[in-house]
Amino acid sequence: MDWSLLLTQLMNGLQLGLLLFLLASGLTLIFGIMDFINLSHGSFYMIGAYFCGSIVARGGSFLVAVLVALVGMFIVGALIERVIARRLYRADHLDHVLATFGLILIFDAIVHIVWGPSGMAIPLPAILDGQVTLGSLVLPTYRLVIISGGLLVAAILSVLVTRSRLGMMIRAGASNRTMAEALGVNIHKLFLIVFAIGATMSGFAGMLIAPITEASIGMGNDIIIIAFVVVIVGGIGSIKGAFHASILIGLIDTLGRSYLDDLLKIFMSLDYAETAAPALSAMLVYILMAVVLAFRPQGLFPPAGIRA
Amino acid sequence: MTRPLLRTNGLCKSFGGIVATDHVELDILPGIIHAIIGPNGAGKTTLIAQISGALKPDAGQIEFNGHDITSLSSSRRAQLGLARSFQVTSVFMPMTVLENVMLAVQGADGHSYRFWRPVHKDSEMLEKSMGYLQQVGLADRARHLAAEISHGEQRQLEISMALAMKPRLLLLDEPMAGMGLEESSRMIRFLAKLREQTTILLIEHDMDAVFSLADTLSVLVHGSVIATGTVKNIRANPEVQRAYLGEEHA
Amino acid sequence: MTAWFPSSISGRCYCVLLVLLAVAPWIFQWTDQPFLLDLLSRGLILAIAATSLNLIMGYGGMVSLGHAAFIGIGAYCVGIPAYYDLYNGWFHLGLTIVVSAVFALLAGAVSLRTRGVYFIMITLAFSQMVYFAFVSLEEYGGDDGLVIYLRSEFPDFLTMQGPVALYYWIFATLLLTLFLVHRLVRARFGRVIAGAKHNEQRMQSLGFDTYRYRLTCYVISGVTCGLAGMLLGNFTGFISPEMMSWIRSGELIFMVVMGGSGFLFGPLVGTGAFVILEQYLPEFMKFLNPSWLEYWHLPFGLLLVLLVLFGKGGIHGMLSKLDSRTRQSDR
Repeated sequence: MDWSLLLTQLMNGLQLGLLLFLLASGLTLIFGIMDFINLSHGSFYMIGAYFCGSIVARGGSFLVAVLVALVGMFIVGALIERVIARRLYRADHLDHVLATFGLILIFDAIVHIVWGPSGMAIPLPAILDGQVTLGSLVLPTYRLVIISGGLLVAAILSVLVTRSRLGMMIRAGASNRTMAEALGVNIHKLFLIVFAIGATMSGFAGMLIAPITEASIGMGNDIIIIAFVVVIVGGIGSIKGAFHASILIGLIDTLGRSYLDDLLKIFMSLDYAETAAPALSAMLVYILMAVVLAFRPQGLFPPAGIRA
Repeated sequence: MTRPLLRTNGLCKSFGGIVATDHVELDILPGIIHAIIGPNGAGKTTLIAQISGALKPDAGQIEFNGHDITSLSSSRRAQLGLARSFQVTSVFMPMTVLENVMLAVQGADGHSYRFWRPVHKDSEMLEKSMGYLQQVGLADRARHLAAEISHGEQRQLEISMALAMKPRLLLLDEPMAGMGLEESSRMIRFLAKLREQTTILLIEHDMDAVFSLADTLSVLVHGSVIATGTVKNIRANPEVQRAYLGEEHA
Repeated sequence: MTAWFPSSISGRCYCVLLVLLAVAPWIFQWTDQPFLLDLLSRGLILAIAATSLNLIMGYGGMVSLGHAAFIGIGAYCVGIPAYYDLYNGWFHLGLTIVVSAVFALLAGAVSLRTRGVYFIMITLAFSQMVYFAFVSLEEYGGDDGLVIYLRSEFPDFLTMQGPVALYYWIFATLLLTLFLVHRLVRARFGRVIAGAKHNEQRMQSLGFDTYRYRLTCYVISGVTCGLAGMLLGNFTGFISPEMMSWIRSGELIFMVVMGGSGFLFGPLVGTGAFVILEQYLPEFMKFLNPSWLEYWHLPFGLLLVLLVLFGKGGIHGMLSKLDSRTRQSDR
């Protein structure tokens, strides 16, 4: 077995997992607190990438671009909450699906109008573009940046949720909305902040990935579905669940793609394993979600206070 | 001695650390109205939910008509003749009163894998359903939407649906909840007449109703039955007075 | 209520609509607009799929965000045999029915253990599984899809060859589907489905094993949608996993809601609106400003948001408002 390959794959899986966490943590809070299915949460991912890209293109440094774009994302999120999302909380889930599906089309079209149909490459500053040697392992520097960026946000979020007053309100809202309201939480303000923070984190994920994949229209539409898988597997409304499930799914997806064929070869013919492995590995995370939903519908780490 | 229609044997249920049902032993004899009373939070609704199959008990058995039904789903229990009404009115609001009862008649008929014939042309079913509505005095409301009729009428509809199941045992969870004085007394008269048709397990807060209707009373306190007997016996029982009636008079 | 001709305005509209659809190929031949026949054929295929979704979603309250999987399954039940030069139509038809039914049974058996938003997500998961399964099947074109060179072969009196013959296949399937749903929802079975939509616990207390009824309903819907996929494969002659992406499933939901969820003709009308928008909105944008051609998703998305915020009941809802208004003025 090639251990350095395995280690590289583990790092890839961790990277995917942390990106997923940036999307899923906001999604799960919006889902858990507002009971709102936001399919267009992935559009923030795309918009974040384009914001960051345009600032870099105008000569801004990558770091400054990220910081400015984060502020921009918070404003975009707050705006969408005030203008559209707020009117939808009380509607049923079918309406959420439809309206936010419409929002995806709108966002995609706006990006198309503003930035044109082709993607936007974001060059990395030289300092991040190199490679780092860790023992026998050679890793792109930027991969470590993504991983540490993701971990940093996870840490900040965890402190915010467990230690701050806002976090207390968020936890109260996620486990029992009516109770939170009765305790005098300003629910409108809470919703606005949660939504905007969610949009910001989703945008941050987009900014992190864009230098690798470039920013493109519809880039959020595939990853948002996996983020939903994370939310369901982790338990709706649970940040901790979102974290564990993100890492789990990032690893399963990455490792599945590289090692499933070897695994299958153990108990089926070579030809058959090579046909089945790609199909099965692409299906793995969805199979995981179906199994979790069938046997533990409240997710693996439901927020405290929610009865199964 | 007649065999009980329903018997619970060491029934237990707890949520987290809270014991809601604590080794409940109940014998419901056929042909009577058996009422269960108890202070708020005594576990009456939890008990009904276990008998009807909405909740699984942690331990103990439920026997109905000589069969062990503990592991049966609520739909199977309903097919065996265990009908219930709900504490919170749960008729089908967007359907008409008649359609509501027709569903119950359909349920009593067994399976409904009939894909072709429209129900509104099924004259036998229509007649049967109108019959049940007449029985509770709702025939003139048949074509109204269930959402349009008064709360009291909805409660009556609820009971008429349970009756349309042709139950051997009728579980009534606070049938008088939210009713006015006049509506309540009409309901009491109606339930009294039902005694000839079916056995009733009644959960009710309204003490006047319970005392005038029940043949047998069981008192539930903190999840366990502390006494069972006739109205007269229960009224005289000092333990009951302390635990329950005393509380109310205090 | 006269039996042969509906008295309401909306009912009359739908009758006229069906008659128009029946004679449409003649009109288009006469006016020499083969393109419109193509557009209509595609629209009616989607209408079959949307009607099948309406059965579980509109009547049964089971919102599926994965119904396009059945379209893909049906299409590949034509495409894969065709890849091996098997063009027997009865075989295609039988395969479509069996495979969609089996998939619906398996996916439904798991999905229907869940409710509400979980159901939405698990149906999505199953359709993604099918989607990725076909993406990775290199043998059948993977991402790039398959070309079907010949249509399913049926005996002469049932032939699909030629655009008009195929159109009548589609139209007949749509009529059958509409009639099936019409009977189904009024029969005992349909009443149970409707009851379970509103209050499942109550239905169980009335002795209905709602899970099994819902599963049956899901299978009927899945097979019907599979048939739409079989027709779509024959119609386009090109199939790819893209047909079953979750975006397609979202569009199907849109079609149902746009027309009026839970009404027989809602999906047909909604699909019509969808196809017309998809076809003519770009041209309209181009008319406003030639460089706007590609921006048609913007007004389309806005329309969706507005539909949810203000358009309760869809197009059918507006028509029925018209009905009640005229009925009031009759009095």
